[in-house]
Amino acid sequence: MKKRLIVLNHVKKSFGDLTVLDDFNLYINENEFITLLGPSGCGKTTCLRLIGGFESPDEGTIEFDGKVINDLEPNEREINTCFQKYALFPHLNVYNNVAFGLKIKKVPKAEIEERVMQTLKLVKLEDYASRSISTLSGGQQQRVAIARAIINRPKVLLLDEPLGALDLKLRQEMQYELKEMQRQLGITFVYVTHDQEEALTMSDVIVIMNEGKILQIGSPEDIYNEPKNRFVANFIGESNIFEGKMIDDYWVHFCGRDFKCVDKGFEEFEEVDVVIRPEDFDFVPPSKAKIVGRVDSLIFRGVHYEINVIVDGHEYTIHTTKYREIGDKVGLAVEPANIHIMKKEASK
Amino acid sequence: MINSRLMKKKSRQGAGLLLTILLFAFLYLPIIIIFIISINNSTRGYRFEGLTLKWYSELLFNFKTPSSDLVIFREAIFNTIWVALRSTIIATVLGTIFAIGINALDKKRRVRMMVLNNIPVVNPDIVTGISLMVVFTLISFSLGETTVLIAHVFFSIPYVVLSVVPKLKRLDPNMYEAALDLGCSRLCAIWKVIIPNISTGIIGGALIAFTMSIDDFVISYFTSGIDFENVSIWLYTKMKNPQNLNPTLYAYNVLIILITIGVILFISLKRDRKEKQK
Repeated sequence: MKKRLIVLNHVKKSFGDLTVLDDFNLYINENEFITLLGPSGCGKTTCLRLIGGFESPDEGTIEFDGKVINDLEPNEREINTCFQKYALFPHLNVYNNVAFGLKIKKVPKAEIEERVMQTLKLVKLEDYASRSISTLSGGQQQRVAIARAIINRPKVLLLDEPLGALDLKLRQEMQYELKEMQRQLGITFVYVTHDQEEALTMSDVIVIMNEGKILQIGSPEDIYNEPKNRFVANFIGESNIFEGKMIDDYWVHFCGRDFKCVDKGFEEFEEVDVVIRPEDFDFVPPSKAKIVGRVDSLIFRGVHYEINVIVDGHEYTIHTTKYREIGDKVGLAVEPANIHIMKKEASK
Repeated sequence: MINSRLMKKKSRQGAGLLLTILLFAFLYLPIIIIFIISINNSTRGYRFEGLTLKWYSELLFNFKTPSSDLVIFREAIFNTIWVALRSTIIATVLGTIFAIGINALDKKRRVRMMVLNNIPVVNPDIVTGISLMVVFTLISFSLGETTVLIAHVFFSIPYVVLSVVPKLKRLDPNMYEAALDLGCSRLCAIWKVIIPNISTGIIGGALIAFTMSIDDFVISYFTSGIDFENVSIWLYTKMKNPQNLNPTLYAYNVLIILITIGVILFISLKRDRKEKQK
């Protein structure tokens, strides 16, 4: 059993009339790479700022290592932050930016020098120590920000959309490096992003948030394969979502047909949402298929084609490596295990 | 045809040149005249009797046999500079603190505070001077050097705030928090991270405050009482007999101009070098 390092208990936070987090409960295990994922304005950054100590909760408690830390200043927490726009100190060079935390803590000079060079090596900037911040590229500034935080050997590193300002190629590279760094250092990473791909690539645990509430917590595989509701399914990857009805255990009815599935435990004729991932459809000869439709559009996406098939007025999005002409008659098949049944959201 | 158009263009350019020359002549002629009088051997400004630097040496070096006029004038200069130095330091410190505070407010309150800050700036000096005099008299504070100093601090602060706030606005809002995050207390974060990054604004504000203080007559006049004289007040009392003005006054003026030019050159050169580095 992993140790719970950070626990948020019934946390409430409002700014003026706007309640950002309400009855928010979350725990973060030691050495975990946890990602808070959600659209902008969902409260994920506020959650991070509460843990970092830049905001204090209106209600509820935040515990760190078993102790309530609601009233601790940021400088009294064993937590460091990597800010969205890096917040580097422009009046200091790379070396002094990285050394800042140690100098404040009055670490001996020789040790500072050793640790700064070691950390700069880790982020591959050992040749840049005397450079001014304004001469660095976005990716290099990002690394300085990370170095400046991890040199203090925090137990937790908070990262607020740290890769948002980088271009795609660099972002993918940094994703890999961050993950690698987390494994090497054994530090808990709490990562905030609105980029679902980034979350899936790096995280041990993903927390999906919307409007100040947690919708689902789970491993990337769980969240992708078993989204709990329509919002999660939509937010993580592309999905076909249909309104359906459970006829019986293991049988669901949607788009005018009955399908075998692997879910049970619903009430008879309970209204449900049915999710099928675009890559889970297979083309089969129309004569053998349960679903038959016509290809409506086709887009080449590099690895795969994105094909829209119209079946009795319903649109199906399919990702496949097989080519079909627009207007072709096609048959579709889907494995029962790939049909995910979700309870209807109470609110909608 | 072409020729006449060319002529027109030429004459337009000529008019522009003439206007420019006139404008600068108008701006700089008084300075040039002051300079010429300051090196004039005659005690009367309007008659030229040869070149000399004696007024400068009189002003700067004659401590053994100064005329009583010069003694009073020197005291006025000392008072001017001493008040300016102190009021600049106090106003710069207070103004910077105010600016940091104002910048930390939410937008609505910040705008209100800036309006409150700007009103004294546009307020006519005569209103400020009289109202300060009334206030000092009401709380039976005897007018003198202290009241002048307080008045100068008072009218300098808004200029410092105006000079510092834009620099603060341009900072990454997370920079202060980053300093806290790395172990700084709030004060240490302001001292080690905020101040170094707004230093140009602070220095700019201090320069304005110093200039305003040296320059001021109206507010000083109303708040100084009878015992305290700075240069402008001394000059005002002298104006009843302008012919008797001691030429050392012109030497003083030229020195002030030279110092000003020096400071401006120094700052703009430094800025150029900084921009070239980037």
